[in-house]
Amino acid sequence: MKMQSKRLLKDKLASKLMLLVTVFSGLLVFMIAIGLYQRSRPILAIKSLTELLFSTSWHPLKKEFGLFPFIMGSLWVTGVSIAIAIPLCLLSAIYLSEYAPRTVREWAKPLIDLLAGIPSVVYGAWGILVIVPLIKNHIAPFFGAFSSGYSVLAGGIVLAIMIFPVIIHVSVEVFRAVPYEVREASLSLGATKWQTIKLVVIRKAMPGVIAAVVLGLSRAFGETMAVLMVAGNVAKVPSSVLDPAYPLPALIANNYGEMLSVPLYDSALLLSCLVLLLVVLSFNIVARIVLIRVERSVL
Amino acid sequence: MDGKTHISVQNLSVFYGSEQALKNITIDIPDKKIIVIIGPSGCGKTTLLKSFNRLVDSIEGVKVSGKVLVDGENIFDPRVDVTGIRKKMGLLSQSPYPLPMSIYDNVAYGPRIHGLKNKKELYRIVEHYLKESGLWDEVKDRLNAPASRLSIGQQQRLCLARGLAVEPEIILADEPTSALDPKSSQRIEEIFLKLKKKYTTIIVTHILRQAKRLADYVLFLYCGELIEHGPAAEIFENPKEEMTKEYIKGIIS
Amino acid sequence: MDKRAMEESLFKGLMIASTLIILSSLVLILAAVIVKGLPAMNLAMITQIPKGGYYLGKEGGILNAIVGSVYLSGGATLLAILIGLPVVLYLNVYAKKGARIAVFTRFSFDVLWGVPSIVYGAFGFTIMLFFGLGASLLGGIIAVSLLILPIMSRAMDEVIRMVPQELFDASYALGATRLETAMKVVVRQALPGILTAVLIAFGRGIGDAASVLFTAGFSDSIPCSLFRPAATLPLAIFFQLGTPFPEVQNRAYASAFILTVIILIISITSRVLTRRFTRNIVK
Repeated sequence: MKMQSKRLLKDKLASKLMLLVTVFSGLLVFMIAIGLYQRSRPILAIKSLTELLFSTSWHPLKKEFGLFPFIMGSLWVTGVSIAIAIPLCLLSAIYLSEYAPRTVREWAKPLIDLLAGIPSVVYGAWGILVIVPLIKNHIAPFFGAFSSGYSVLAGGIVLAIMIFPVIIHVSVEVFRAVPYEVREASLSLGATKWQTIKLVVIRKAMPGVIAAVVLGLSRAFGETMAVLMVAGNVAKVPSSVLDPAYPLPALIANNYGEMLSVPLYDSALLLSCLVLLLVVLSFNIVARIVLIRVERSVL
Repeated sequence: MDGKTHISVQNLSVFYGSEQALKNITIDIPDKKIIVIIGPSGCGKTTLLKSFNRLVDSIEGVKVSGKVLVDGENIFDPRVDVTGIRKKMGLLSQSPYPLPMSIYDNVAYGPRIHGLKNKKELYRIVEHYLKESGLWDEVKDRLNAPASRLSIGQQQRLCLARGLAVEPEIILADEPTSALDPKSSQRIEEIFLKLKKKYTTIIVTHILRQAKRLADYVLFLYCGELIEHGPAAEIFENPKEEMTKEYIKGIIS
Repeated sequence: MDKRAMEESLFKGLMIASTLIILSSLVLILAAVIVKGLPAMNLAMITQIPKGGYYLGKEGGILNAIVGSVYLSGGATLLAILIGLPVVLYLNVYAKKGARIAVFTRFSFDVLWGVPSIVYGAFGFTIMLFFGLGASLLGGIIAVSLLILPIMSRAMDEVIRMVPQELFDASYALGATRLETAMKVVVRQALPGILTAVLIAFGRGIGDAASVLFTAGFSDSIPCSLFRPAATLPLAIFFQLGTPFPEVQNRAYASAFILTVIILIISITSRVLTRRFTRNIVK
């Protein structure tokens, strides 16, 4: 009997402990957000949120913390990366899920996933090595403009490659989830394979594909190292893709050293971190919910 | 079988990898009659049906040998245009699968993909075939509503209208009423009897009573082999093969 | 008829081109790392720490960063296992299927998965300030463990979910408690998958820069204490690349080569393990 109750006691204890850890993990997101908010309060006490978000004047020593150039920098770079990634990924995902022979699919998918494992510093280094000179010496002159190469375009291209795996992986799964009976219904009416894909399959897969793109978008928005290395880091709103940009994560990363020495600097940076977190979180949550719904409606 | 032959199946065998789903089927399908294929589940009935409109092509690892002549032309000839063949055959599946679009677009889908753009013509076709399948009165006020909102019996009739809209010559129906309630089933059966005058209809069913109600000719398939075939009256009252007798009596199923 | 076939061929061509572009970007990146990194590779790189003036072109290697990264990622992985494994076991063994806490926690992990690493770095930083900790190995470990926790948990969850209910039932039928079932049966059954999850998380942790930027600092010596700053490979690459000296920049590419090789080995190993694991499952 004693042995029995000892084991049961262990079980109960473990159960309570594990529950604690589980609840802690579940609340992690909130804890991070709250932690960041706490550290941002000093600056929110003096300046209004609209002023912080929309002012273009960034002079920390003069206590001016306008985040607008950085937010725009992020939007420009993310925008370019999505513009490049969407057509390539969509076409590739359709090919891999609908047309490719099984061997091609089995090799291509792990290779693309391998792209996801490459660290962002290496992407950045590659960007400096290949993309920046490409823009400086070939692309910019082609359009009759001058660019140092460190630009929105450089960031956009590198980011696009970084988000290929996410978008393709999720899109392929979404396409393969479309039931074959709907395809058969279209084929038996005499539609070609491509017509079936264009008019029926893509329609059914659309919400899932959009979710995949949103996931990629949020990944691009939050990427730090690679953009830091190739985007130029000039605190001005970009006016063309050949201009340098200073995305939000790069701002935070570049200035962590001076953070504590200038008053309110740390607060401003952590506020931008909070903004970054909230933007990414909302994208992620929406995309996840859409994907769950898609899964449910198909099963 | 008397009457003109519409489809002539000659030594048709279908393999899924190493498994043989259809074993050397040879049969002549007569024109403008209702032919019912009966037999236990998993015995190749659906495979035979899907061979007629070459949907078997899209199954991975499939191999087909033999010929299927429709109006004298072998549909498995590699030079033949598959989409043209499929246009000739209308398929009605077991569970209705409306396309993810409105009721109107579902029926118009077929003519559109084959190049018809004239709006008046499209409308005429949609109205005509929805009437043929007995759905017009129920949907005429909401043609733009999503097809998924219809009841399952209505969806099946929609799929029928959709299939007829490409003006096939042959209707293929794979257990068309097994997912429906008795009233909807009855409606579908009535429509088949009406359509008999214009289309050669091949129906797969495991409901013997339905087969008796509808069939002019019967094919009995067991484990991929064509055991017996003939006019409905003969097969149901006086089957020659032992297996046919046992199936009809309900012993094997 | 021809029009439809032409459209199909056009798009098929575009599709294959897109796939090739994407695959070739992988090839390009790996090729650049090899072409630039290999020539600058020598034994000194991986066996020595930076000597004085290393960043000005003098001798040394990046042993400090290699060891630092391994310690940091290793420590973070350990910490993540300590938190993640109990959570996953709780969700699969103790909680009822579909219970709200299970749905909530899983969703929470899915959301955490997408949080940028710099946020984890900044949060780790705020925790460090709170406890009066300076830039240190420990700080880096905490930040990276938070980063890899969702990745590891999700991978472990997927594996443990596959353990058949019959196995649970067999254990309970013999009178085992839930804890005993979890530790002795479930973990053993899912061990290869759990190891794979650990590997994947380790690989993710070792390559990340943004989370260690604030928290681990940097140092030229091999870490010997949890409370002093530690070097990491990604930051070593970054700093070397930032100098104006070509020899140092080349060494940056060599370091990138080393890091990429480490990660590729981990990636491929985990993939091979996953394949082997799923081959043996009886469904």
